[in-house]
Amino acid sequence: MTFVKTKLELEKLKTGEILEVILSSGEPLENVPKSAVEQGYRILGITRVEGNVYRVEIEK
Amino acid sequence: MIITEKQSKKLSLVVFSGDFDKAVAAFTMATGAAAVNYEVNMFFTFWGLNIVKLKKGRRFKGKGLPAGMFNFLSGGFKNLPMSRLNFLGTSTKIMTSLMKKRNVATLKQLTEAAVALNINLYICEMSMVILGLEKKDFIPEIKEILGVAKFLELSENGRTLFI
Repeated sequence: MTFVKTKLELEKLKTGEILEVILSSGEPLENVPKSAVEQGYRILGITRVEGNVYRVEIEK
Repeated sequence: MIITEKQSKKLSLVVFSGDFDKAVAAFTMATGAAAVNYEVNMFFTFWGLNIVKLKKGRRFKGKGLPAGMFNFLSGGFKNLPMSRLNFLGTSTKIMTSLMKKRNVATLKQLTEAAVALNINLYICEMSMVILGLEKKDFIPEIKEILGVAKFLELSENGRTLFI
C-alpha cells in the first residue's frame, strides 16, 4: 500500500519534479525505492530522519 | 503461444465475497499490483456486488419482494460484515478505526486508489439477474457487465485469484 500511495502522488507530478516520501525501515523502505526504480523513476537520496524513519527523494 | 512480458503482468480477481476483511485483501492485492503497472481486472459477483453498489447503505432494491428483501438485508459498502467475529457489524467499525490509527489504508481509500489506478471493475451479469439489479444500481466506475466467457478472455495469460 505504501507504494500505491507513492505512485498516486508521483502521477500528480510533472517530469523532473521531486517527491519526498517518509518511510519506516523494513518492507516499505526496501520496496518503495525498488518499485520506483523499476518504473523508471530516479532515487535521489535516502536519508535517516530519526529512529527507523527515513526520507526518500524520488524524481519523476 | 508466446507470452510477452507485458501480457504476463496481469492480475484478475474474482471477488465473490462481500466480507469486509476479504474486500480489504482483494483491494490491497489489486492496488499493489496496479501500482507496479500490472493490468488489473476485478470481477465482482454475488456477495461481492455489495462492495460496488451505488447506495452505500441498505436499500430495498431489485425486482420483486424476495430480491428486494435480499438486497436490503445484505446492504451495501457500509454494511460489509467481517468474515469472523463480526459482532453485528461493530468489528468492521473498530477495524477501520484501527487501520486509520495505524496509518494503514482503509477500505474506502483502497477503493478510491483502485479507481485512480485505472483498475478495471466488472460486475457479474448472472448475479445481477438473480438479484434483479441493473447497472445503474452500481458505482459509475463499473466498466462493463460480464459473463464467464468474457472474464476468461480478459484474464487470459495473467494470474487469477478467487476471493
